[in-house]
Amino acid sequence: MQDVITGRVWVLGKDVDTDQIIQGKYLTIIDPNELAQHVLELVMPEFAKEAKPGDIVIADENFGCGSSREHAPAGFKALGIGAIVADSFARIFFRNTINLGVPAIEARGVRAMFEAGDSARIELKAGRITNPRTGATLAFSPLPEHLLGLLEAGGLVEKVRAELRAKADA
Amino acid sequence: MNRNNGNGQTLAEKILARAAGRETLAPGEIVEGRVDLAMMHEAGAQTVGPFHEMGAPRVWDPDRVVIAIDHWVPASTESAAVLHRILRRFAAEQHLPHFYDVGQHGICHQILAENGWVVPGDLAVGTDSHTNMLGAVGAVAAGIGPTEMAAVLALGRLWLKVPPTLRIRVRGRLGKGVTAKDVILRILGEVKTTGATYKAVEFSGPTIEGLSMPERFTLCNMTTEMGAKCGMVAPDPRTFEYLASTAKHPMHPLTPDADARYERTVEIDVEGMPPMVACPYSPDNVRPLPDVAREHVRVDQVFLGSCTNARIEDLREAAALMKGAKVHPSVRYIVSPASTAIYQQCLREGIIDIFTEAGAVFTNSSCSACFGGNMGIIAPDEVCASSSNRNFPGRMGAKNGRIYLMSPAATAAAAIRGEIADPRELL
Ligand code: SF4
Repeated sequence: MQDVITGRVWVLGKDVDTDQIIQGKYLTIIDPNELAQHVLELVMPEFAKEAKPGDIVIADENFGCGSSREHAPAGFKALGIGAIVADSFARIFFRNTINLGVPAIEARGVRAMFEAGDSARIELKAGRITNPRTGATLAFSPLPEHLLGLLEAGGLVEKVRAELRAKADA
Repeated sequence: MNRNNGNGQTLAEKILARAAGRETLAPGEIVEGRVDLAMMHEAGAQTVGPFHEMGAPRVWDPDRVVIAIDHWVPASTESAAVLHRILRRFAAEQHLPHFYDVGQHGICHQILAENGWVVPGDLAVGTDSHTNMLGAVGAVAAGIGPTEMAAVLALGRLWLKVPPTLRIRVRGRLGKGVTAKDVILRILGEVKTTGATYKAVEFSGPTIEGLSMPERFTLCNMTTEMGAKCGMVAPDPRTFEYLASTAKHPMHPLTPDADARYERTVEIDVEGMPPMVACPYSPDNVRPLPDVAREHVRVDQVFLGSCTNARIEDLREAAALMKGAKVHPSVRYIVSPASTAIYQQCLREGIIDIFTEAGAVFTNSSCSACFGGNMGIIAPDEVCASSSNRNFPGRMGAKNGRIYLMSPAATAAAAIRGEIADPRELL
């Protein structure tokens, strides 16, 4: 996990729920690369086609609310999204995103700081996000140790694998 | 609203302390909690890959794992059939005996409720956001994603951030034709969809004490729509009676301390309250139903189903209005019981006859029209009156379809009148 993440941003609104990120009709898809083609299909059809690895998603309040579907963060991960920063997150989406090894950062006021086409610079441990175009910066509470550790490990699968292996070796 | 800053523990803190092997806990602490019950539905198919990638040799405790398929039952597409087969094979390989397959199926939360899989004091997790419903027995029950479930299956525990608790005290008598669904809609209208994000919601007060277990399930079910990690009611004699013959493992009943530390308390008085309805496109866009009825909102489809409101009590309430009545000619009324056991009970009580003679379609038990991925999908511009829990854009199909959330009795009234109508006028 890098401590400093920079990338082009995509800006999303308030209360974007997981049905809007991945619609109910795609829930039987397991292959993340196939899911990736349908991310935000109804809300922002160009996203799935144009998002590039390393891009950053910026959203307003309550991002990822609604159904617990991991398809939603899995779609972002498959597109290579480097981080998701929102004014606030819905609980399960936040956990799922971190568990998949993608930084999810809550920074109140972040949506208002960016416009489509901007880029962003995120300092994870220091807890700071900057918009180089405007020079604006915003402080956020860095993720707790436990979650930084999870990201560091590359996500929950890697973390548990290491834990189980250590146990087997002991 | 008031504050209560005692030194005692809330119900969620006590249950999580037990799960974490600690005496006390404070909100914000991150702990590892031992899981009493893990539930998976079709999303569990996404658990199998990560479980094997983690290198876990076997599931930590097969007796504490329940698999209940519900979204596409019987499989309606080839890809759904594949999800089911992944789960069947996983259950066989891991010797997981508690698989509610086609024929014993039902909505996963109802399967847990009616079979006593979650008991007071438990920490339960499920791969569905409405796992909150089971908190009604006095447990912490929360939704998690499939990757996280893989870790639970491997280790029998998960990390949790101890949530602050929002207490919701409800008093007042419910009028005739006014139900637990109306109460939770009213609460959502005040607390809003982000009002309990990351929090535990603890319901109490005289009205709650008077609610049956099915009604408490309805209440806790929609704490998900407030963003809550879990919603709960402290166990009381009704809880124990409900679980008396079904509890699958020993209970550890816990109750909140009298001087518990709540982040905030919301007081709700339901005396004289009319039925409520959540209008598009948010479960917190709540208005008194009679006000909406005055606007003559025509409906194309009516759905009585979902984990929120498709228990036998709900179906009886709606059937009472449908008896001898006819579904309005421009309406499709879809009725889907929450479990096969409820389906059978409807059969015995003649409820299926009542609905089908009225012109409704009575389906087998499943999530049905609730999530827009299986059946009962609505076309662009259509309006659906529904007893379910979500009315976001696209939830039942077309993005601009309009969903109104209401009680089971109110769905019957809408089906008969062809527009949103006050069920009390038909009682
Ligand atoms: S009935 Fe609806 S809300 Fe309940 S589990 Fe099924 S899809 Fe989810």
